[in-house]
Amino acid sequence: MTFINYAAREINCKIVYYGPGLGGKTTNIQHIYDRSNNGNKGKLISLATESDRTLFFDFLPIELGAIRGFRTRFHLYTVPGQVFYDASRKLILKGVDGVVFVADSQEARMDANAESISNLRDNLKQNGYDLDRIPYVLQLNKRDLPTAMDREELAAHLKIKDEPVYDAVAVKGSGVFDTLKAIIRLVMLDLKNR
Amino acid sequence: MSMSDFVILEGDYSSFTKILEKLGRDSNAKLVFLLDKNGQQIASTGDLDGIDPTSLASLTAGNVAATEGLAQLVGEQEFSILFHEGQNENLHINVVGGRAILLVQFDERSSLGLVRLRVKKASVDLSAVLEDIEARSEAQRAATVGSSPFSEITDDDIDALFS
Repeated sequence: MTFINYAAREINCKIVYYGPGLGGKTTNIQHIYDRSNNGNKGKLISLATESDRTLFFDFLPIELGAIRGFRTRFHLYTVPGQVFYDASRKLILKGVDGVVFVADSQEARMDANAESISNLRDNLKQNGYDLDRIPYVLQLNKRDLPTAMDREELAAHLKIKDEPVYDAVAVKGSGVFDTLKAIIRLVMLDLKNR
Repeated sequence: MSMSDFVILEGDYSSFTKILEKLGRDSNAKLVFLLDKNGQQIASTGDLDGIDPTSLASLTAGNVAATEGLAQLVGEQEFSILFHEGQNENLHINVVGGRAILLVQFDERSSLGLVRLRVKKASVDLSAVLEDIEARSEAQRAATVGSSPFSEITDDDIDALFS
């Protein structure tokens, strides 16, 4: 649900990073925070456990240029990936404009990826959204690990529609901004076509 | 998308601000802050010095969402008021018109009773404005099916965002 403020001449959109636990969602947001200019980013909020696992969400507001005289602001959220935090994940999807799915490329995490996509579909549905229609980007993270699956095979397993797919090594920052740009593009196109 | 976009015009903003200013005066509050349930700031009056409004909005919305989740777990539709009591500062948070959240920050110069009383009245007024916005959005949707204020956005516009 895009928030358009004519008084402040602002468009606010909400993007959620979804995916299995320890897949690199927070690392994506952290990298965007580290590499953005001070003027373009707000505070990074991390509601995490003592062992740095996301407890409720991470939140980072970023501001890009203006479009048709409106400043564009994007609120980036991550969900907690661990299975038992499902109630929190559902809450964070409220009002979402676009979703990035951060998949873990390791073969051992294939089941966790698939389960998380299915969980995303259910939770979107319960919030009144359809995964097949919402702006959506698939990121294949941890491509540098020796245990990473073959890219084509992984993408074939995880793709759900004609979504853009990006390789990433979030700890090194590669692919992080490509993914972000792709989801922002889709969200803006969705806004245009509505 | 199943949910409508939330579109605020100049007039809505000044209506909100007037109500918030009155509430701030009547309740002796330090800060009165209105946001939508998804964590977007709508309007505020009072002292925001040293407080990041975007963080305040996002955490408040998360707080309310988590509390609503708790309410539903125990069979309630919602817990209508959240109150956080600190050593010096207190926060009174309530849902307004099902769609917005009103946050009032106050210290020893006010009291919970006074804030609750004034918030009740202000909430009625804010709900009326929110209903107007909702009705206008409905009417616009019916009148302009398939188009949006941003239907003219081009690929170049989007590319320019990243330059």
